Amino acid sequence: MSVDEAKVRHIAKLARLAVTDEEVRALAPELSNILGWVEQLGEVNVEGVAPMTAVIPNILRLREDIVTEGDRRDAVLANAPVAEHGFFAVPKVIE
Amino acid sequence: MAELTEFGVAAIRDGVKGGTFSAREAAEAYIAAMEAGRALNAYVVETPDHALAAADAADAARVSGDLKPLSGVPLGIKDLFCTEGVQTTAGSRMLEGYKPVYESTVSGNLFAAGAGMLGKLNMDEFAMGSSNETSAFGNVLSPWRRNDGGNVALTPGGSSGGSASAVSARLAPGVTGTDTGGSIRQPAAFTGITGIKPTYGRCSRWGVVAFASSLDQAGPMARDVRDCAILLEAMAGFDAKDATSLDLPVPNWEALLSSDIRGKRIGIPKEYRIDGVPAEIDAAWEQGIAWLRDAGAEIVEVSLPHTKYALPAYYIIAPAEASSNLARYDGVRYGLRVQPAQGGLNDMYEATRAAGFGAEVKRRIMIGTYVLSAGFYDAYFNQAQKVRALIARDFEQAFAQVDLLLTPTAPSAAFGLGEKLADPIAMYLNDVFAVPASLAGLPAISVPAGLDGQGLPLGLQIIGRPLDEQGVLNAALAFEERAGFTHRAEAWW
Amino acid sequence: MSDYRIQGATGEWEVVIGLEVHAQVTSKAKLFSGASTAFGAEPNTQVALVDAAFPGMLPVPNEECLRQAVRTGMAINAEINAWSRFDRKNYFYADLPQGYQISQLYHPIVGEGEIEVDLESGATKTIGIERIHLEQDAGKLMHDQHPSFSYVDLNRTGVALMEIVSRADMRSPEEAGAYVRKLRSILRYVGSCDGNMEQGSMRADVNVSVRKPGDALGTRTETKNVNSVRFIMAVIEHEARRQVDLIEDGGIVVQETRLYDPDRNETRSLRSKEDAHDYRYFPDPDLLPVELSDAFLAECRASLPELPDAKRARYEGELGLSAYNASVLTAEVETARWFEALLASPGKPDAQRASNWVTSELFGALNRLGKGIEESPVTPAQGGELIGLIADGTLSGTLAKQVFEIMLETGEDPGAIVEARGLKQTSDTGAIEAVIAEVLANNPNQLEQYRGGKEALFGFFVGQTMKAMQGKANPAVVNELLKKALG
Ligand SMILES: [Mg+2]
Ligand SMILES: [Zn+2]
Repeated sequence: MSVDEAKVRHIAKLARLAVTDEEVRALAPELSNILGWVEQLGEVNVEGVAPMTAVIPNILRLREDIVTEGDRRDAVLANAPVAEHGFFAVPKVIE
Repeated sequence: MAELTEFGVAAIRDGVKGGTFSAREAAEAYIAAMEAGRALNAYVVETPDHALAAADAADAARVSGDLKPLSGVPLGIKDLFCTEGVQTTAGSRMLEGYKPVYESTVSGNLFAAGAGMLGKLNMDEFAMGSSNETSAFGNVLSPWRRNDGGNVALTPGGSSGGSASAVSARLAPGVTGTDTGGSIRQPAAFTGITGIKPTYGRCSRWGVVAFASSLDQAGPMARDVRDCAILLEAMAGFDAKDATSLDLPVPNWEALLSSDIRGKRIGIPKEYRIDGVPAEIDAAWEQGIAWLRDAGAEIVEVSLPHTKYALPAYYIIAPAEASSNLARYDGVRYGLRVQPAQGGLNDMYEATRAAGFGAEVKRRIMIGTYVLSAGFYDAYFNQAQKVRALIARDFEQAFAQVDLLLTPTAPSAAFGLGEKLADPIAMYLNDVFAVPASLAGLPAISVPAGLDGQGLPLGLQIIGRPLDEQGVLNAALAFEERAGFTHRAEAWW
Repeated sequence: MSDYRIQGATGEWEVVIGLEVHAQVTSKAKLFSGASTAFGAEPNTQVALVDAAFPGMLPVPNEECLRQAVRTGMAINAEINAWSRFDRKNYFYADLPQGYQISQLYHPIVGEGEIEVDLESGATKTIGIERIHLEQDAGKLMHDQHPSFSYVDLNRTGVALMEIVSRADMRSPEEAGAYVRKLRSILRYVGSCDGNMEQGSMRADVNVSVRKPGDALGTRTETKNVNSVRFIMAVIEHEARRQVDLIEDGGIVVQETRLYDPDRNETRSLRSKEDAHDYRYFPDPDLLPVELSDAFLAECRASLPELPDAKRARYEGELGLSAYNASVLTAEVETARWFEALLASPGKPDAQRASNWVTSELFGALNRLGKGIEESPVTPAQGGELIGLIADGTLSGTLAKQVFEIMLETGEDPGAIVEARGLKQTSDTGAIEAVIAEVLANNPNQLEQYRGGKEALFGFFVGQTMKAMQGKANPAVVNELLKKALG
């Protein structure tokens, strides 16, 4: 699969990564290369093989329906770049 | 009495217990070594007060007679472990200055066992790298140098590069590492130390900055097998806060250590003999085989047919999981925020992530986003998870015939900084021998086997059945006794 | 088949509707964290570290949320998937800290089911349910607090939602309204969602398309987060009209997300979320597959209450109630609870008599007072006692009305009221005969006319007698004695 520059820009947009033109120029062949390399997986016959779900056989444990956390707004906001009046603040979103 | 930095984990524990020296003396010796070793750039944050407080507590505990398993042992903690109130960056600009309000389960377990923290160890950004060159806080230097007198700066390997360099240069008796696709074993091999990745689920992932959730495992790195057993025992254990944690008791790995492996069957996977691997790696492998045979083990050739597909499968699954795990770094709740003038929310996201992530992290986020994007899921991710199942089945079938596997840890000795930066795939190939066990969640250790012609350490890997850390440790001990690896990088820093 | 049609310039158009209802699961803690789900707390005070997606934080599923989803599935006769798993739906938004929503795309916990709805025509229609999956709610954004910032509150982040996806089986606003009301009723019976639409416990994404009857499906639009039955119906009417006009003016409907503006009663395109429509779903590697044991499933089934349809059938069949009474008494779980408490009250009132009294007297009073049945000033026990007093002839209909009014005002028991105010009805023949004699004496002309054959005057004498006794005389006894006296 060769990845062109338009595709690189689209993927970067999905991933929310601003990319410069030269990054795009560099990434296109790089990604093509890596993807071309991983595509050898296509050769493997996976007839009737289920995709792996748990690496080590294990059962999903569940939590009880009890409140164990909360009431620590200061800790939650402590590392925020911008927090006001008990909220995180982000550039205004127009819906 | 010898330099206290000559003492490893067990030696310090026992020395403090026996009163040969105080925990404070040991901590001070290592703090001094850490400061003297700054040229290696192994530590990104130094926390001497933490180490000294734990040491004083240990000395008090000795008097009151309630010493804990790791009382008085100062450790280095990889910067992927969230440490309460202490900057945790995962080697990324994105998290510069981030101070968690919580302690990771694994570091918490170590501290509860009496250990202290010397500092946070440098690493590849978000554990993505095999040379520690992707760290936002500078390269870590290996204490080792080639014997050609050229003084080329060598990589300690990665992603646990700071961890490896610190142990190898005696800047810590033992450290934590994490291993997603070889990040404990490959650096251990490059720096002549021992490191074990336990069975997936043995160590809680809670509080460990996530790279690839289905692969990430914490483990210890130290000077020898016994020290690794001691540390792993303290790190491991069921944690209800991690839904993938194994609800099993932690075995007494140290107490049950035994180098008697007579009658054990050890498999040699023929697919691990690949072209382009230096003859010295094969020689070391043959030597290792001879040592284990000498220890009374039976050597059996086995086949792991899907080995060559492990690395490509890994480079779909790990980036896919990472692209999602790293979406939370968006400049809203913590970490870096870059706000372009007049920019909206999306501009803030894109600018923040462009400035906060390094090239390799971006590359993997791009790959992961691509393979999960519309129309490609089945061809890439699902196919990779099926191949992964086949790789796990290969191991299952091999372990029906043998108890353990012996392989090289890495396809080369440590290389020079910058040598592989230009070619991502060449860099990825470093983990060709380490990744299969990661995909199958198996316990695997790297032990020093000797030096190559350039005087650089080579390591061999022993892989065990799920949950058979004991078998892995015991075989490694038998190996260690015969290898008698005592080489040291002489302190030039 | 609904005959609801949009009249267009080119003829009649049929409307095709499917609904994705997000119902907040009733639970104390969130779907994957131990933070509280209580409504209306201070911003960011109900946030676990994993809700804010701090590095290294991990989700652990809340068993109660799985249980409620399974019970809901069982209540709509859906297939329950004992093996399911959680996937990540990846997209960036300020109300989504992880950068992904944990949801279920590939293997939902509940598969196909159905719900039967009643239409005004008296007809019933079966609406197919495609699936029910569990997922995390998002946080809340406030846009009007600051000129250049939006504020983020994560209290709702991670609260458990059931997304209940219907088939595109509805053909009119009425059908959609009936479906949502019935669904809400079932959820409240099961106790898996409080159905409180004002607080956003139930929101619908409304998928609407139009076509000429018989044609293939048209392109649909999805109007998000509509939070009342009235609005849902308005959205359908408006959106169908808009699409018809658009098509007939030579335009084409684009598949898009729209937003409903109740003040303007119009929908508008929600471009802001359009670009990120590649969600890159994949199984959440922090979680293992959900495997439900037979014991767990059995417990879920055993814990289900009698559901509205079954209850209604029983009221008609076993209790012999009218179809109308049976349906109004079972529509809301509180009404059914009140009615069954009434039947169980000491007096053990007769079911038909009780159902008539509830649907006429009690509902009438509650309407006047603007109260719901759960806040009725009269308890089921008091209602039972009152019905008993009517049954045993202690109270006439007229007296019963008076007593009930006093009960509504004072909350006193009917027996006490009757005693204190002497409102008892009498069957004392002596007293009644005396009054009758008096009445006949005071109305000689009427008596003469009656005897002359004007039998219609019988009622007049009854009225006079009752009046003279202030309504306390037993009408039956009065009739009997009058006949005798008039010979
Ligand atoms: Mg929807
Ligand atoms: Zn949804």
